[in-house]
Amino acid sequence: METFKEFFSFSDPSIVAVVVGAVLLTASSAVVGTFTFLKKKALVGDAVAHSVLPGICLAFILSGTKNPVWMIIGAFITGWLSLVIIDHITTKSKIKEDTAIALILSVFFGIGILMLTNIQHSGNAAQTGLDSFLFGKAAALVGKDLIVFGAVAVILIVTVALFFKELKLIAFDSNYAKAMGIPVKWLDLLLTSLTVLAVVTGIQAVGVVLMAAMLITPAAAARFWTNDVFKMTLIAAIMGGISGLSGAYVSYVAPAMPTGPWIVMIISVIAIVSFFIAPKRGIFSRSLQQRKLQRLIMDENLLKELYHLGEKDRDPYKGRTVAEIIEERFFPKKPLKAALRRLKRQGFLKEKTGEWSYTEVGKQKGQRVVKLHRLWELYLSKYMKIAPDHVHEDAETIEHIITPELEETLERMLEYPEFDPHEEKIPY
Amino acid sequence: MVGDAISHAVLPGIVIAFLLTNTRDSFEMIIGAALLGIFCTFLIEFFHKRAKLQTDAAIGVTFTWLFALGVILISVFAGQVDLDQECVLYGEIAYVPIDLWITDSGQNMGPRALYIASLTLILIILFIRVGFKQLYLTTFDPAFAATTGVSVALWNYLLMGSVSMTTVAAFDSVGAILVVALLVGPAATAYLLTDNFKKMMLITALIAIIISILGYYLAVLLDGSIAGAVVTVAGLLFALAYLFSPSQGLLTKKFQRKQINELSPDAS
Repeated sequence: METFKEFFSFSDPSIVAVVVGAVLLTASSAVVGTFTFLKKKALVGDAVAHSVLPGICLAFILSGTKNPVWMIIGAFITGWLSLVIIDHITTKSKIKEDTAIALILSVFFGIGILMLTNIQHSGNAAQTGLDSFLFGKAAALVGKDLIVFGAVAVILIVTVALFFKELKLIAFDSNYAKAMGIPVKWLDLLLTSLTVLAVVTGIQAVGVVLMAAMLITPAAAARFWTNDVFKMTLIAAIMGGISGLSGAYVSYVAPAMPTGPWIVMIISVIAIVSFFIAPKRGIFSRSLQQRKLQRLIMDENLLKELYHLGEKDRDPYKGRTVAEIIEERFFPKKPLKAALRRLKRQGFLKEKTGEWSYTEVGKQKGQRVVKLHRLWELYLSKYMKIAPDHVHEDAETIEHIITPELEETLERMLEYPEFDPHEEKIPY
Repeated sequence: MVGDAISHAVLPGIVIAFLLTNTRDSFEMIIGAALLGIFCTFLIEFFHKRAKLQTDAAIGVTFTWLFALGVILISVFAGQVDLDQECVLYGEIAYVPIDLWITDSGQNMGPRALYIASLTLILIILFIRVGFKQLYLTTFDPAFAATTGVSVALWNYLLMGSVSMTTVAAFDSVGAILVVALLVGPAATAYLLTDNFKKMMLITALIAIIISILGYYLAVLLDGSIAGAVVTVAGLLFALAYLFSPSQGLLTKKFQRKQINELSPDAS
């Protein structure tokens, strides 16, 4: 608890530097990542992250220093080159995009490793620490580095803010954007450059392998909470920022712990929890909706079959046993009994000594389903010219979905018909 | 790309197996990695199918998470694990001869990694030999495979398990990232050279052998990492095939077009 207070009071200027650096880096890559995610190019970030290594080594060989500006320029060039090559291979040959990405990223990385080991074996004393680009060193961000990377992060966020509307358009419908006269090619180029820039700086925090997570994971998590691009970008940035902050805290509490992996761990947990619990799109909420729908269909089918039984012996209110219902149409026994009890609770059915019968509202509901089914069959055969023996399956699905408005339209269009294509009476 | 994901995701499996058995190059390690590889494939499918997450993002989220977990495990048990981040990222094949397998009676049996690699090679060849028909079917026409009673999911998981195995076997020598180039590079090159599946497999194996030999000499020449050099050569061979392949090459196609244009000048 002591360290917690100490950390979050931000009294130590070096803590402030690390926190600001980590949060800026993670948040800015999350913002850019939102757009690569929406363009379904999430893995491009991974490719760039690996491809910057030869650029960094080359910059070092040529300049002889570890000046971050040179490093960023070198990294930028090879990162960018890798994307151009991937794009070229994908469009010009039969090789698929994911193969091209995997190939280019690992080959570029291999070249980088070859250069890096060559530099290390050359005995140049200035090279120590070059491999921090591989593993990240968020906790060690100080002074000049911080200013450079902070500036880049701010540039990223401001550029995205300025071109927000255009980027949003090309993310969803680049053909439409082209038709509107928006320079799609330039914007694609801009987004590519932003991605490369984000990777080049973000690598400082988390390293080569985990950089992809900084771009993809916050965006993937944010996607589950909203359908609005602006909100999504904001949520992704906040989630990224939180992970950056917590990563900095972890490395403050336990200096032996690697910061990058912890940042990724935290953002991943946020994302995976989001996948499960997010309202509407989450796994839990989806399966809940599915079960609700399944129950509704079961209930309506059951009421419908009771109506069919009633039609046969012209006594809709007669009690039926479970066996009788199953004979009319097969239902698995357990869900059938559960549905019967549910319908009784809701006041659609009555039960007396094992025999189930309609209440007034229950009969109305069952009758409505039968009516919709037969109306739809008639509509299909009359307007769509589908043979009468092919319409049942479709009606079986649609009968649960038709709204009262649609019901009314159907009735009016078909002029309250008396019989369906199978010569069965349509009940009103 | 799933190969890339798996090669990173096996890390926690390796670390856990290492903690349990306390040896490197153990058979348990390969099992642990294979399990993690299958788990990774399962997670990607799960996020994609159940949460409707787009595939690329599902892959990205899963493998970075598992890799981060692995690195954290390494740091937590730093004192007990003889593994480090460098080795994970770009192993060093030059150290392989140092790690010798010495039997209890003290007899020197040669480098341990050699045995592991040979064992893996034999297992993989056996797997492909036994399951060739099923693998072939599920790869090219999963729908048809399903109707003939071949379980697409089972063979997919088996294949991914074997990818994980290969990855681990290569871990010491080339690391998690470069193994991707070894998985993809020769296959992609062969893919540009032939349309016949069996020929493609043979060419792939041939290219793999060529790049390891050439790569070694390149590394000696430049005094750099052998794995890095091997991968560089793999990239070069791919570039050559990309430009000059008799049927698919970019320049070949251009040349053919030019010839056709010369033959019939009005056609253009």
